Amino acid sequence: MMWSIIEKAAKENGLVTAFAIVGLVMLVSGVISRKLTFGRVQGSAIAILIGLGLAYVGGKMSGGSKGLADLALFSGVGLMGGNMLRDFSIVATAFEVHAEEAKRAGWIGAIALLLGTVLPFIVGVCVAWAFGYRDAVSMTTIGAGAITYIVGPVTGGAIGATSDVMALSIATGVIKAILVMVSTPVAAKFLRLKTPRSAMVFGGLAGTVSGVSAGLAATDRRLVPYGALVATFHTGLGCLLGPSLLFFIVKMFVSP
Amino acid sequence: MTIYGTALLAVCHLIGIITGDLFGRALGMETNVGGVGIAMLLLIIARIYLHKAGLLCATSECGVHYWGSIYIPVVVAMAMQQNMVAALRGGPAALIAAVGSVVLCGLFVSFINRMEPDTDVQKEGK
Repeated sequence: MMWSIIEKAAKENGLVTAFAIVGLVMLVSGVISRKLTFGRVQGSAIAILIGLGLAYVGGKMSGGSKGLADLALFSGVGLMGGNMLRDFSIVATAFEVHAEEAKRAGWIGAIALLLGTVLPFIVGVCVAWAFGYRDAVSMTTIGAGAITYIVGPVTGGAIGATSDVMALSIATGVIKAILVMVSTPVAAKFLRLKTPRSAMVFGGLAGTVSGVSAGLAATDRRLVPYGALVATFHTGLGCLLGPSLLFFIVKMFVSP
Repeated sequence: MTIYGTALLAVCHLIGIITGDLFGRALGMETNVGGVGIAMLLLIIARIYLHKAGLLCATSECGVHYWGSIYIPVVVAMAMQQNMVAALRGGPAALIAAVGSVVLCGLFVSFINRMEPDTDVQKEGK
Protein backbone atom coordinates (compact mmCIF):
# COMPACT_ATOMS: atom_id res chain seq x y z
CA MET A 1 0.00 0.00 0.00
CA MET A 2 2.63 2.51 1.16
CA TRP A 3 5.04 1.36 -1.52
CA SER A 4 2.51 1.85 -4.29
CA ILE A 5 1.92 5.44 -3.15
CA ILE A 6 5.66 6.13 -3.09
CA GLU A 7 6.05 4.54 -6.50
CA LYS A 8 3.22 6.62 -7.93
CA ALA A 9 4.67 9.83 -6.49
CA ALA A 10 8.11 9.05 -7.90
CA LYS A 11 6.72 8.24 -11.35
CA GLU A 12 4.56 11.35 -11.57
CA ASN A 13 7.38 13.61 -10.37
CA GLY A 14 10.16 12.07 -12.39
CA LEU A 15 12.49 15.05 -12.63
CA VAL A 16 12.07 15.92 -8.94
CA THR A 17 12.84 12.31 -8.02
CA ALA A 18 15.95 12.49 -10.19
CA PHE A 19 17.16 15.63 -8.34
CA ALA A 20 16.75 13.79 -5.03
CA ILE A 21 18.52 10.63 -6.23
CA VAL A 22 21.42 12.46 -7.84
CA GLY A 23 21.77 14.68 -4.77
CA LEU A 24 21.96 11.59 -2.58
CA VAL A 25 24.59 10.02 -4.84
CA MET A 26 26.64 13.25 -4.73
CA LEU A 27 26.38 13.28 -0.92
CA VAL A 28 27.51 9.68 -0.57
CA SER A 29 30.35 10.33 -3.04
CA GLY A 30 31.48 13.36 -1.05
CA VAL A 31 31.67 11.26 2.11
CA ILE A 32 33.55 8.47 0.31
CA SER A 33 35.94 11.05 -1.15
CA ARG A 34 36.76 12.52 2.27
CA LYS A 35 36.77 9.41 4.45
CA LEU A 36 38.12 6.72 2.15
CA THR A 37 40.41 8.55 -0.27
CA PHE A 38 41.21 11.54 1.99
CA GLY A 39 40.17 13.95 -0.75
CA ARG A 40 42.57 12.53 -3.28
CA VAL A 41 39.81 11.36 -5.61
CA GLN A 42 37.30 14.16 -6.10
CA GLY A 43 33.70 13.51 -5.05
CA SER A 44 32.36 14.28 -8.52
CA ALA A 45 34.47 11.55 -10.09
CA ILE A 46 33.25 9.01 -7.54
CA ALA A 47 29.66 10.14 -8.17
CA ILE A 48 30.07 9.52 -11.89
CA LEU A 49 31.51 6.07 -11.22
CA ILE A 50 28.55 5.29 -8.92
CA GLY A 51 26.25 6.58 -11.67
CA LEU A 52 27.84 4.25 -14.21
CA GLY A 53 27.53 1.42 -11.69
CA LEU A 54 23.82 2.15 -11.22
CA ALA A 55 23.43 2.28 -14.99
CA TYR A 56 24.88 -1.22 -15.14
CA VAL A 57 22.48 -2.47 -12.45
CA GLY A 58 19.53 -0.76 -14.18
CA GLY A 59 20.52 -2.19 -17.54
CA LYS A 60 20.81 -5.71 -16.09
CA MET A 61 17.44 -5.41 -14.34
CA SER A 62 15.45 -3.96 -17.22
CA GLY A 63 17.33 -5.48 -20.13
CA GLY A 64 17.04 -2.10 -21.85
CA SER A 65 19.69 0.20 -23.24
CA LYS A 66 19.12 3.31 -21.10
CA GLY A 67 20.51 2.12 -17.78
CA LEU A 68 18.65 3.27 -14.69
CA ALA A 69 16.26 5.40 -16.78
CA ASP A 70 14.60 2.23 -18.11
CA LEU A 71 13.20 1.47 -14.64
CA ALA A 72 9.90 3.34 -14.36
CA LEU A 73 10.72 4.53 -10.85
CA PHE A 74 13.84 6.34 -12.11
CA SER A 75 12.60 7.52 -15.49
CA GLY A 76 13.18 11.16 -14.46
CA VAL A 77 16.92 10.50 -14.54
CA GLY A 78 16.49 10.28 -18.29
CA LEU A 79 15.24 13.85 -18.44
CA MET A 80 17.80 15.25 -16.01
CA GLY A 81 20.72 13.61 -17.78
CA GLY A 82 19.26 14.00 -21.26
CA ASN A 83 20.74 16.07 -24.06
CA MET A 84 18.71 19.19 -23.30
CA LEU A 85 19.68 19.81 -19.68
CA ARG A 86 23.20 18.51 -20.23
CA ASP A 87 23.96 20.98 -23.03
CA PHE A 88 22.14 23.75 -21.16
CA SER A 89 24.27 23.39 -18.03
CA ILE A 90 27.50 23.01 -19.98
CA VAL A 91 26.82 26.24 -21.87
CA ALA A 92 26.18 27.91 -18.52
CA THR A 93 29.70 27.06 -17.31
CA ALA A 94 31.07 29.38 -20.01
CA PHE A 95 29.75 32.20 -17.84
CA GLU A 96 32.54 31.58 -15.33
CA VAL A 97 35.25 32.19 -17.93
CA HIS A 98 36.75 35.66 -17.63
CA ALA A 99 38.15 36.92 -20.91
CA GLU A 100 40.68 39.18 -19.12
CA GLU A 101 42.14 36.29 -17.13
CA ALA A 102 42.00 34.09 -20.18
CA LYS A 103 44.35 36.45 -21.99
CA ARG A 104 46.96 35.87 -19.28
CA ALA A 105 47.12 32.22 -20.26
CA GLY A 106 48.70 33.44 -23.49
CA TRP A 107 49.84 31.46 -26.45
CA ILE A 108 51.47 28.64 -24.48
CA GLY A 109 48.11 27.88 -22.91
CA ALA A 110 46.49 27.85 -26.34
CA ILE A 111 49.09 25.47 -27.73
CA ALA A 112 48.75 23.17 -24.72
CA LEU A 113 44.98 23.31 -25.12
CA LEU A 114 45.16 22.33 -28.78
CA LEU A 115 47.64 19.52 -28.08
CA GLY A 116 45.50 18.39 -25.14
CA THR A 117 42.56 18.04 -27.51
CA VAL A 118 44.29 16.44 -30.48
CA LEU A 119 46.68 14.01 -28.74
CA PRO A 120 44.11 12.16 -26.57
CA PHE A 121 41.77 12.11 -29.54
CA ILE A 122 44.38 10.36 -31.69
CA VAL A 123 45.07 7.84 -28.93
CA GLY A 124 41.34 7.21 -28.46
CA VAL A 125 40.70 6.77 -32.17
CA CYS A 126 43.62 4.36 -32.52
CA VAL A 127 42.45 2.28 -29.55
CA ALA A 128 38.89 2.26 -30.93
CA TRP A 129 40.25 1.04 -34.25
CA ALA A 130 42.35 -1.62 -32.55
CA PHE A 131 39.25 -2.88 -30.72
CA GLY A 132 37.30 -3.33 -33.91
CA TYR A 133 35.32 -0.10 -34.19
CA ARG A 134 35.74 0.77 -37.86
CA ASP A 135 33.01 3.34 -38.47
CA ALA A 136 33.86 7.05 -38.28
CA VAL A 137 31.06 7.85 -35.80
CA SER A 138 32.15 5.29 -33.18
CA MET A 139 35.86 6.05 -33.60
CA THR A 140 35.26 9.79 -33.25
CA THR A 141 33.04 9.35 -30.19
CA ILE A 142 35.55 7.15 -28.37
CA GLY A 143 38.38 9.50 -29.37
CA ALA A 144 36.37 12.44 -28.04
CA GLY A 145 35.81 10.55 -24.78
CA ALA A 146 39.57 10.43 -24.37
CA ILE A 147 39.52 14.27 -24.40
CA THR A 148 37.02 14.56 -21.52
CA TYR A 149 33.94 12.67 -20.38
CA ILE A 150 31.84 15.67 -21.43
CA VAL A 151 33.24 16.03 -24.94
CA GLY A 152 32.63 12.32 -25.58
CA PRO A 153 28.85 12.25 -25.14
CA VAL A 154 28.36 15.75 -26.63
CA THR A 155 30.25 14.67 -29.75
CA GLY A 156 28.55 11.28 -29.84
CA GLY A 157 25.14 12.89 -29.44
CA ALA A 158 25.82 15.34 -32.25
CA ILE A 159 27.01 12.77 -34.77
CA GLY A 160 24.58 10.04 -33.74
CA ALA A 161 26.65 7.41 -31.93
CA THR A 162 25.01 4.35 -30.37
CA SER A 163 24.49 4.22 -26.61
CA ASP A 164 27.08 1.51 -25.97
CA VAL A 165 29.74 3.54 -27.78
CA MET A 166 28.68 6.60 -25.76
CA ALA A 167 29.03 4.61 -22.54
CA LEU A 168 32.49 3.41 -23.58
CA SER A 169 33.40 7.00 -24.45
CA ILE A 170 32.25 8.29 -21.05
CA ALA A 171 34.04 5.45 -19.28
CA THR A 172 37.26 6.45 -21.07
CA GLY A 173 36.88 10.07 -19.99
CA VAL A 174 36.07 9.17 -16.39
CA ILE A 175 39.02 6.80 -16.06
CA LYS A 176 41.24 9.54 -17.54
CA ALA A 177 39.94 12.11 -15.02
CA ILE A 178 40.58 9.73 -12.13
CA LEU A 179 44.07 8.90 -13.42
CA VAL A 180 44.90 12.63 -13.65
CA MET A 181 43.64 13.26 -10.10
CA VAL A 182 45.56 10.41 -8.55
CA SER A 183 48.80 10.60 -10.55
CA THR A 184 49.35 14.39 -10.60
CA PRO A 185 50.70 14.73 -7.04
CA VAL A 186 52.92 11.69 -7.62
CA ALA A 187 54.25 12.95 -10.96
CA ALA A 188 54.44 16.67 -10.02
CA LYS A 189 58.24 16.68 -10.06
CA PHE A 190 58.47 14.96 -13.43
CA LEU A 191 55.84 17.34 -14.83
CA ARG A 192 57.77 20.37 -13.45
CA LEU A 193 54.64 21.78 -11.83
CA LYS A 194 56.13 24.82 -10.09
CA THR A 195 54.98 28.02 -11.77
CA PRO A 196 51.61 29.41 -12.90
CA ARG A 197 52.80 28.98 -16.48
CA SER A 198 53.56 25.30 -15.95
CA ALA A 199 50.15 24.86 -14.33
CA MET A 200 48.51 26.42 -17.41
CA VAL A 201 50.39 24.04 -19.69
CA PHE A 202 49.27 21.19 -17.48
CA GLY A 203 45.65 22.43 -17.46
CA GLY A 204 45.61 22.59 -21.23
CA LEU A 205 47.14 19.20 -21.84
CA ALA A 206 45.54 17.20 -19.05
CA GLY A 207 42.09 18.54 -19.82
CA THR A 208 39.32 17.34 -17.50
CA VAL A 209 38.58 20.22 -15.11
CA SER A 210 37.80 17.87 -12.24
CA GLY A 211 41.02 15.95 -12.78
CA VAL A 212 43.16 19.08 -13.13
CA SER A 213 41.70 20.98 -10.17
CA ALA A 214 41.82 17.99 -7.85
CA GLY A 215 45.30 16.99 -9.02
CA LEU A 216 46.72 20.49 -8.62
CA ALA A 217 44.98 20.99 -5.27
CA ALA A 218 46.84 17.98 -3.94
CA THR A 219 50.13 19.25 -5.44
CA ASP A 220 50.15 23.00 -4.74
CA ARG A 221 46.96 24.89 -3.92
CA ARG A 222 48.19 28.15 -5.45
CA LEU A 223 48.41 26.57 -8.88
CA VAL A 224 44.75 25.50 -9.00
CA PRO A 225 43.18 28.60 -10.63
CA TYR A 226 45.81 28.72 -13.37
CA GLY A 227 45.33 25.11 -14.34
CA ALA A 228 41.55 25.25 -14.06
CA LEU A 229 41.39 28.44 -16.12
CA VAL A 230 42.90 26.76 -19.15
CA ALA A 231 41.09 23.50 -18.50
CA THR A 232 37.68 25.23 -18.58
CA PHE A 233 38.30 25.96 -22.25
CA HIS A 234 39.02 22.32 -22.85
CA THR A 235 35.41 21.18 -22.93
CA GLY A 236 34.35 24.09 -25.15
CA LEU A 237 37.14 23.50 -27.62
CA GLY A 238 36.48 19.78 -27.63
CA CYS A 239 32.74 20.26 -28.13
CA LEU A 240 33.51 22.64 -31.00
CA LEU A 241 36.13 20.50 -32.74
CA GLY A 242 34.84 17.00 -31.88
CA PRO A 243 31.68 16.82 -33.98
CA SER A 244 33.17 19.02 -36.72
CA LEU A 245 36.82 19.12 -37.75
CA LEU A 246 37.95 15.98 -35.90
CA PHE A 247 34.95 14.01 -37.16
CA PHE A 248 35.63 15.06 -40.76
CA ILE A 249 39.29 14.07 -40.51
CA VAL A 250 38.39 10.63 -39.17
CA LYS A 251 35.72 10.28 -41.85
CA MET A 252 38.30 11.13 -44.51
CA PHE A 253 40.61 8.38 -43.27
CA VAL A 254 37.88 5.77 -42.91
CA SER A 255 36.12 6.27 -46.24
CA PRO A 256 38.47 7.76 -48.80
CA MET B 1 15.41 39.17 -12.08
CA THR B 2 16.81 35.68 -12.03
CA ILE B 3 14.87 34.64 -15.10
CA TYR B 4 16.69 37.23 -17.24
CA GLY B 5 19.93 35.35 -16.74
CA THR B 6 18.32 31.99 -17.45
CA ALA B 7 16.60 33.46 -20.51
CA LEU B 8 19.92 34.86 -21.76
CA LEU B 9 21.43 31.41 -21.33
CA ALA B 10 18.48 29.83 -23.12
CA VAL B 11 18.71 32.25 -26.06
CA CYS B 12 22.47 31.66 -26.43
CA HIS B 13 21.85 27.92 -26.22
CA LEU B 14 19.16 28.00 -28.92
CA ILE B 15 21.10 30.29 -31.26
CA GLY B 16 24.15 28.06 -30.80
CA ILE B 17 22.22 24.88 -31.55
CA ILE B 18 20.50 26.46 -34.59
CA THR B 19 23.82 27.78 -35.91
CA GLY B 20 25.36 24.36 -35.34
CA ASP B 21 22.54 22.73 -37.29
CA LEU B 22 22.94 25.24 -40.12
CA PHE B 23 26.68 24.53 -40.19
CA GLY B 24 25.87 20.86 -40.40
CA ARG B 25 23.49 21.41 -43.31
CA ALA B 26 26.01 23.63 -45.09
CA LEU B 27 28.55 20.81 -44.78
CA GLY B 28 26.06 18.32 -46.13
CA MET B 29 25.26 16.44 -42.91
CA GLU B 30 22.25 15.93 -40.70
CA THR B 31 24.33 16.48 -37.57
CA ASN B 32 24.90 19.47 -35.32
CA VAL B 33 28.37 20.94 -35.79
CA GLY B 34 29.80 22.51 -32.64
CA GLY B 35 26.48 23.98 -31.51
CA VAL B 36 27.36 23.77 -27.81
CA GLY B 37 30.76 25.39 -28.38
CA ILE B 38 29.17 28.21 -30.39
CA ALA B 39 26.59 28.73 -27.63
CA MET B 40 29.43 28.97 -25.06
CA LEU B 41 31.24 31.57 -27.14
CA LEU B 42 27.99 33.54 -27.53
CA LEU B 43 27.46 33.52 -23.77
CA ILE B 44 31.02 34.73 -23.10
CA ILE B 45 30.57 37.56 -25.64
CA ALA B 46 27.09 38.44 -24.31
CA ARG B 47 28.45 38.59 -20.77
CA ILE B 48 31.31 40.96 -21.71
CA TYR B 49 28.97 43.19 -23.71
CA LEU B 50 26.22 43.33 -21.08
CA HIS B 51 28.77 43.98 -18.33
CA LYS B 52 30.18 46.95 -20.23
CA ALA B 53 26.68 48.28 -20.83
CA GLY B 54 25.87 47.76 -17.14
CA LEU B 55 22.83 45.71 -17.98
CA LEU B 56 23.66 42.64 -15.95
CA CYS B 57 22.81 42.70 -12.24
CA ALA B 58 23.91 40.09 -9.69
CA THR B 59 20.44 38.55 -9.42
CA SER B 60 20.27 38.03 -13.17
CA GLU B 61 23.67 36.35 -13.05
CA CYS B 62 22.29 33.88 -10.49
CA GLY B 63 20.00 32.57 -13.21
CA VAL B 64 23.07 31.45 -15.15
CA HIS B 65 25.34 30.48 -12.26
CA TYR B 66 22.81 28.00 -10.91
CA TRP B 67 22.80 26.03 -14.15
CA GLY B 68 26.58 26.21 -14.41
CA SER B 69 26.91 24.80 -10.90
CA ILE B 70 24.47 21.96 -11.60
CA TYR B 71 26.47 20.52 -14.47
CA ILE B 72 28.34 17.87 -12.51
CA PRO B 73 25.06 16.43 -11.10
CA VAL B 74 23.60 16.49 -14.61
CA VAL B 75 26.62 14.55 -15.83
CA VAL B 76 26.06 12.06 -12.99
CA ALA B 77 22.43 11.65 -14.15
CA MET B 78 23.75 11.20 -17.67
CA ALA B 79 26.12 8.50 -16.44
CA MET B 80 23.15 6.72 -14.81
CA GLN B 81 21.41 6.20 -18.13
CA GLN B 82 24.29 4.90 -20.19
CA ASN B 83 24.32 1.46 -21.71
CA MET B 84 26.97 0.14 -19.32
CA VAL B 85 26.09 -3.49 -19.97
CA ALA B 86 27.08 -3.01 -23.60
CA ALA B 87 30.09 -0.84 -22.73
CA LEU B 88 31.61 -3.49 -20.49
CA ARG B 89 31.32 -5.90 -23.37
CA GLY B 90 33.65 -3.45 -25.14
CA GLY B 91 36.29 -4.66 -22.70
CA PRO B 92 39.53 -2.93 -21.76
CA ALA B 93 39.34 -0.40 -24.61
CA ALA B 94 38.36 2.42 -22.22
CA LEU B 95 41.21 1.64 -19.84
CA ILE B 96 43.83 1.47 -22.58
CA ALA B 97 42.58 4.66 -24.27
CA ALA B 98 42.59 6.51 -20.93
CA VAL B 99 46.04 5.33 -19.82
CA GLY B 100 47.48 5.98 -23.28
CA SER B 101 46.27 9.57 -23.46
CA VAL B 102 47.28 10.41 -19.89
CA VAL B 103 50.81 9.08 -20.39
CA LEU B 104 51.23 10.82 -23.76
CA CYS B 105 49.93 14.14 -22.42
CA GLY B 106 52.10 13.81 -19.31
CA LEU B 107 55.18 13.44 -21.50
CA PHE B 108 54.23 16.60 -23.42
CA VAL B 109 53.61 18.58 -20.20
CA SER B 110 57.01 17.54 -18.92
CA PHE B 111 58.65 18.40 -22.24
CA ILE B 112 57.05 21.85 -22.57
CA ASN B 113 57.69 22.75 -18.94
CA ARG B 114 61.35 21.80 -19.28
CA MET B 115 61.66 24.49 -21.95
CA GLU B 116 60.56 27.16 -19.47
CA PRO B 117 63.44 29.59 -18.78
CA ASP B 118 65.10 28.93 -15.41
CA THR B 119 64.83 32.60 -14.44
CA ASP B 120 61.03 32.31 -14.49
CA VAL B 121 61.11 29.21 -12.35
CA GLN B 122 63.33 30.90 -9.75
CA LYS B 123 61.28 34.07 -9.79
CA GLU B 124 57.89 32.48 -9.48
CA GLY B 125 58.73 29.20 -7.82
CA LYS B 126 59.21 30.72 -4.39
